[in-house]
Formats: sequence, C-alpha cells, structure tokens
Amino acid sequence: MKLIFEKSVPGRRCAILPACDVEKVELPAELKRDAAPLLPEMSETDVSRHYTELNQHVHGVNCGFYPLGSCTMKYNPRIDEEMAALPGFTGIHPLAPQAAVEGCEEVIATARKYLCEITGMADMTFQPAAGAHGEFTGVLLIKQYHDSRNDTKRTKIIVPDSAHGTNPATAAMCGYQVVNIPSAPDGCVDLEALKSVLGDDTAGLMLTNPNTVGIFDENILEITRLVHEAGGLCYYDGANLNAVMGVVRPGDMGFDCVHLNLHKTFATPHGGGGPGAGAVGCKSFLAPFLPHSALMEEPGHIQVRGFRGNFLVVVRALAYLLTLGREGVPEAAQNAVLNANYLMHRIKGTFAPAFDRICMHEFVLDLSEYKKATGVSALDVAKSLIDYGMHPPTMYFPLIVHEALMLEPTETESKETLDWAADVFRALYELGYKDPAFMHAAPHNAQIGRPDEVKAARTPIVRYTKA
Amino acid sequence: MTINPDLKYSKSHEWVKMDGDVAVIGISDFAQDALGDLVFVNLPQVGDEVTAGEAFGDVESVKAVSDLMSPVSGTVCAINEELLDAPESLNNDPYGAWIIKVENITGTEELLDAAAYEAHCAAEA
Repeated sequence: MKLIFEKSVPGRRCAILPACDVEKVELPAELKRDAAPLLPEMSETDVSRHYTELNQHVHGVNCGFYPLGSCTMKYNPRIDEEMAALPGFTGIHPLAPQAAVEGCEEVIATARKYLCEITGMADMTFQPAAGAHGEFTGVLLIKQYHDSRNDTKRTKIIVPDSAHGTNPATAAMCGYQVVNIPSAPDGCVDLEALKSVLGDDTAGLMLTNPNTVGIFDENILEITRLVHEAGGLCYYDGANLNAVMGVVRPGDMGFDCVHLNLHKTFATPHGGGGPGAGAVGCKSFLAPFLPHSALMEEPGHIQVRGFRGNFLVVVRALAYLLTLGREGVPEAAQNAVLNANYLMHRIKGTFAPAFDRICMHEFVLDLSEYKKATGVSALDVAKSLIDYGMHPPTMYFPLIVHEALMLEPTETESKETLDWAADVFRALYELGYKDPAFMHAAPHNAQIGRPDEVKAARTPIVRYTKA
Repeated sequence: MTINPDLKYSKSHEWVKMDGDVAVIGISDFAQDALGDLVFVNLPQVGDEVTAGEAFGDVESVKAVSDLMSPVSGTVCAINEELLDAPESLNNDPYGAWIIKVENITGTEELLDAAAYEAHCAAEA
C-alpha cells in the first residue's frame, strides 16, 4: 500500500476550523520555520480509509492465534471495555473534589484489596504506567528501605541470566550494580551461584517465578530465605503471574514487593503502545515508601506519575476480577498452564522442547538440532507461520536457549485452535526437510515479506523525503 | 567456522593477540556467527580499566544485546573507532577487526589455544 505522504494532494483539507476569535500574534522571525512542514494533505474519507487499511494488515488477538511467549496475548473480555467506557469513569478530572469521585476511589480501593490478596501483599500503588515503570518503582522501595536504615553498603542487585532485559536495566537505573548469576541447566536459579554472590553488599534479588523458560522454581522458599539472611530484599517481577494467579502468592514465596502488569494479566488490550498499569504491591514494612500523589503533602514521599496513574486500566482489572471471581481467577491460570502443556505435548516428536518436563504457562522449543539437520532456523519457522495466519512465537529469547521459539497459548484459546496450531507446527517441521528453500523465503502470502532488519538498524530512514 | 591458529581464546569467545606488552582483543568467528548481523558496538574509552571476566562493552545484533567480556585485566590504550560506524566488520572479518587494545596487564583469564578452543566450540554448538 502507499504511504500516507504518497496519497497527499496539495491543498486538500479535512478539518474546517472555526474562525479565530483571539487576536493574531506574529512569532518573532527567528522562531519561524524556513519552509512549511511536509505534512500529508488529505480528505477525511481518505485518512479514514488509510488507517483502516493499515489496521487490516495488522494481526491482533481479535484476528487469530497469537502465541507470543512472555507477552500473554490473551483475549480480553468485552465487558471490561464496557465498564471502562462508563461516563462516570471517563468524565472525571483528577482535581475533582473528593465527594465527586467517591465511586472511583472505591474502584481503586477494591482493586487494591483483591490484588493484594492475589499477591500476598499488604499495600499497593497504581501510579506506575507500565511494567518496567513498576519494576523501577519496586526497586526504589528497596533502595528507600535500605537508605532509611542508613544501610548504604548495599550496592548490588542480583539478576539471573534468564531474566527479562528490563530487570538489569531497572537495577542500573536505580543506581545499583547488576550482578548476573547463571541459571542451572533447567533454567532455575543455581543455588550455589546465588550463595557465592550474596553478602552484606546485596540490596536485593529480582526474579520471575515461573521463570522465563516457563518453569516454576521449586527452590523458591530457599532462594528468598538466603537473600533475606544476607540482608537483601526480594523483588517479584509479575510478568508471569498469569500462570499462578489465585494459586500461589508471591508474598507466600517470600517476596517483599511485586509489580503486576495489569494491562497484560488483568484484561487491558496491550502491545499497541498503552496505556498500561504496572501496579506495585509490597509487604507492610515497605508501605511507608510507596509513591503518593502530590496532593498528599507528606515529606519524603516519591511520586512516579501524576495523580492515580492510568485509572481506566484499574477499572478493567477490577471488572475482570469481579467477573471471574474467586473460582475463576485460579481457573484462568490453570487453563493457561493446561493449554501450554497440551500444545507442547502435541508438538513434541517434531520440534523439541528445550526442557522436557511439565511447563507452566509457556514453553520454549529448541531448534538448534533442527537447524543443523535442515538449515532452517527459528526465524524461518516463525516467518513461515505468518502464511498460516498465526502470529509467530517469541524468537531467540530467552538467550540461554539457542534457536529458541517461545510459545504462550494463554487460557483463552480453544482445543480446536491448539490442535490446528500443533498441526501447523508439525507440517512446517516436515517441510523443513523437504523444501528448506521455501521456508528461507517465507512469508509468501503476507503484505510484507522479509524486511531487511540489518539495513533498518544500520541505516534507518525515519523521515519521509519527497521523491 | 574458522579459528585463527595464531590467537588465544577465552571461553566466552573473545580472541587475544599479544603484541609486545599490549593485548589486542576481538571476537571469534564462532561468536559473530552465533550473534548474527551486528548493528551496534558499545566501546569503553581509552584510559578505562578493564577486568578479566567482566564486561568491557557490548554488541547489538538483530537478535539481542550481548556483553563483550574482557579476557585480561589492564588499561584500555586504544579502541577501534571504525567499528562504531561499521559494526559489520566484526561479521565480515572477525580476526581482522580488533575491538580494543589493553596495556599494563595485571591479570589474564585462563586462555585456550586454537585446538582447545575448537573443542570448546564443538562442545557448545
């Protein structure tokens, strides 16, 4: 399709602006542009069609299967959108008098109560705008805690090498030195490696459980105990909470603070740039350090975002929790785990699981042997899936598995969809032996074949210039 | 995959060539092949201290960002600034495209000769 700039016709307009009723002011010459900006000129009809066409080229959860590992691309019930669209929630102002927003306050308080129960935490803030922002806020709690005790020798945060990249980035942004520890062969924390780096300079440990390869770390109580004995705190990255919500609680595992991706686990569509909400929960001894709105004039408080954060994401989360209820929340987690295991089992015998054991909500395929045998890489398989109308799984992550494809089917897929997906994977496995060249050239039916990622990264063109 | 017989190698796939008292450091052909097409290189500055077994910079490919581990401890005396504009040199000529030079060497990681490194790569592949 054409770029919007290529559809531009000089002089065409779609906005009819009302007459200007304030006095005209001329900008000083030095602030004026030399030339008019190059903006597309189009009618409203054509703008609407342009963006609708783009929309039709995008694959979302509403279009088809989307097993993008570690991203939890599940279907979000329509009722949660309906609740978030209620005018009583959308028409409020953050500076409205307390009496006018009591219903919204109740939403926040109720969501906090339920999410604290699910995580085993005592208190929670909804200020952070997304996951990494939540991590940053959570690690700041740890920092403030140590600072409040004048325990300034704690300069290191421990992060396993299988962690999401945001974990070491968060620790570094908070001013900590990142200590990477290798994973054991099963992807879990290597206890000996952990012991060897713990000491009186340990500020804390950042961990997901289940971990990045979809395995629940059975040593979790021992891990958190060891960190606490060294005087550090334990941070739970809630990225993988979908596998265990309502079943086990991070608080009971020994974690002191957590972040939740409300937009991921609790029913806000995500992947399109937000808004999200990275709620941060903590045990009671950390609660005094939670960020507050500037309206609360307490000395020493931190604030990570304006007012109450992205409130409508909290509304969706509460609607989701209330519709699922006490039985539905763990059932969703259990079905996520069941679906992942079912799909892994149906693919087994072709592409090999990196860890041949019961997984949690996601699993990793290791295509390194397959690539040696056929020359077909994980990238080739991922690109081939596009021709079947399936979103590719996460590729080349986690880094501890070579030629990795990471699948997370989520709880909202039917057995029929999983069977179809398994059949597609099995068919592609065979195709790699018969016609590898065809897979090297995939996708064949997509709007865009293979963009030149290397050229795009080395010499990006980010500005349209007229031909 | 090629292994230059005249170089020493670390287990994390960097090569070292001793040029008098100066260690010249790069990454092996195995490393560049595993990383994929490189698009960005992050280098230390001349005068920085590097420590054996710890990161001295990183490289970014279309797959991922990976640390460059220093095989020696010492002081950086030169960096290959050409790589900043042409990171693909590491893919095209891994044994020609050196990354940093280190002097005042105070320690060295356990380094492998070409034969031992070949065995190490075979075990890892």
